[in-house]
Amino acid sequence: MTLAFLLTLPLYGSLFHVRLVNEMAIFALFAIATNLMLGYGGTMPFGQAAFFGAGAYACGLLLMEAGVPLPLCLIAAGILSACLAVIIGFFSLRLTGIYFAMITLAFSMMIWGVVWKWRSFTGGDDGLVGIPLPSALAPVINYYYLCLGIVAFCMILLLTIVRSPFGSILQAIRENRVRTEFVGINVKRHLLIGFVISGFFCGVAGALFALLSRGAFTEYINYPTSVEVVLMCILGGVFSFAGPALGAVVVILLESLISSYTEYWLVIMGVVLILLVEFVPGGIVGLIRQRKGA
Amino acid sequence: MHPLGVTMPLSAELFLQQFITGLSSGFVLFILASGLALIFSVLGVLNFAHGSFYMVGAFMASTIVGLLAKTGVSFWPALVFGPFVIAILGGVTEIVLLRRLYVRGLLYQLLLTYGLILVFLDVTKAVWGPRPRTIPRPFGLEGWVSFGGANFPSYSLFLVVMGVLIYFLLVGILKRTQLGLRIRAAASSGEMVSALGINTPRLFSLVFFIGCWLAGLAGALAAPVGSISLGMDASMIIKCFIVIVVGGMGSLFGALIGALIIALVEAYAILFFPEFSIVCIYIIMALVLLIRPWGICGKPLIER
Repeated sequence: MTLAFLLTLPLYGSLFHVRLVNEMAIFALFAIATNLMLGYGGTMPFGQAAFFGAGAYACGLLLMEAGVPLPLCLIAAGILSACLAVIIGFFSLRLTGIYFAMITLAFSMMIWGVVWKWRSFTGGDDGLVGIPLPSALAPVINYYYLCLGIVAFCMILLLTIVRSPFGSILQAIRENRVRTEFVGINVKRHLLIGFVISGFFCGVAGALFALLSRGAFTEYINYPTSVEVVLMCILGGVFSFAGPALGAVVVILLESLISSYTEYWLVIMGVVLILLVEFVPGGIVGLIRQRKGA
Repeated sequence: MHPLGVTMPLSAELFLQQFITGLSSGFVLFILASGLALIFSVLGVLNFAHGSFYMVGAFMASTIVGLLAKTGVSFWPALVFGPFVIAILGGVTEIVLLRRLYVRGLLYQLLLTYGLILVFLDVTKAVWGPRPRTIPRPFGLEGWVSFGGANFPSYSLFLVVMGVLIYFLLVGILKRTQLGLRIRAAASSGEMVSALGINTPRLFSLVFFIGCWLAGLAGALAAPVGSISLGMDASMIIKCFIVIVVGGMGSLFGALIGALIIALVEAYAILFFPEFSIVCIYIIMALVLLIRPWGICGKPLIER
């Protein structure tokens, strides 16, 4: 049903709506990829913006400076983010809990600082503007379908990963890390692999977003982005696969709606966030499951 | 041009001046970061909104100064009362919003404090307007003091003195009072403390109150320096965060060292590498994370 809606949207929706849903799809991917470490792995990755931004900038730079063909750019963006994840993960996974959250946040802010200052390479706080799309993709609708396709493909990959033995191990780690280690599983290595996979898909999402926005900006790497994606996961429900996607949809919808009505959208977002955090523990999916179960 | 990019002649005088600049902003940073560290050690929450309390503290100080402008002693009441207003704000926030999230887990608490940032930003904008404001230095501290052949703003020296006072005040409280004992115990093990019969929720509220008091104080102290603007929260929370990472999570002395290092590095980096002064700080953070991720004064961790 959702599929039908997504596929037929351009027929009756305005270009603005198409672009909005496009954005939701990209962030859905970003959120689901993040949830691999959050909901399935049981960690608190607060630096995911680093991968999202890295993918965005990588894609933009490759396209603009090196003229690399688009499909390769996307894959390269993912691989680059994955490499970044290897480095960051190697150092961060030494710590757990809030300390892991802090160190991932710290790394992502470091990358933000470097990108912000390195004007000659990244455009600094102006960002990388004017990322070109091949003319076949330039129309909003064309890119929308491409994006949907890529996002769907990635989600299927992620779903496969989550349903595989690897996915089960991650969840075991989440439930009881010590016990999983006793059973003989190298917890750190599995978390690192998960972190890298997560980073790869976050990078792809970032690349897709850079193409959508025709630019890569430092906001992509800044901590609000990291926190927002975690929020999307929580809102949608971390213990389900599609929950984060739902969360992404809701958050983007809210932001779009609220900011069109009032200049003071920050406070409303904040209040909504606070209310949700206070009163809706399992996220939307949790709520639905409760209703069904009860 | 000088190979290192220095655009002004480097002299002992400049060196000394930057030292005092760095020292004074370092102590303000320490006061702010100590609040964050305190909240973190005891409650285990990284209060993302700490910078917001700081910002509101600065704006509040400007309001008090404005109200009392006629009396000629406007700054000191702001310094004395402002932080308490912020502390009360913090206490209320903790009791009403944060407390019920302790059972939910850390993630929700973090998200809540992030939500607070958003709320505070817009409320500040609504109450005080979007434009930056400034307040003058307090009477008696507008001038300069000279020694060592250089001139230093008196206010900077005042900040250093305040910072040192607050440090010893905090150390004194922690080491010599019942409250301090409880705080240290809670920082060490929250569960044990509760089992020993200490009213943990009240302790948490009190610690949050003190942490926000420190944030408000830092804001009030920083108010006469530079301008008071809506972006203050973001820039300071990042620095605070770096201080805690560098100095050691949960250590007061670590917060002091971290703050001074960060501020001094920034003060000197601006001289030598004006373009990359931010990166210098991040490089230090990177080094600490790579070599000793629990910070200079932190302890290698057991999971909380």
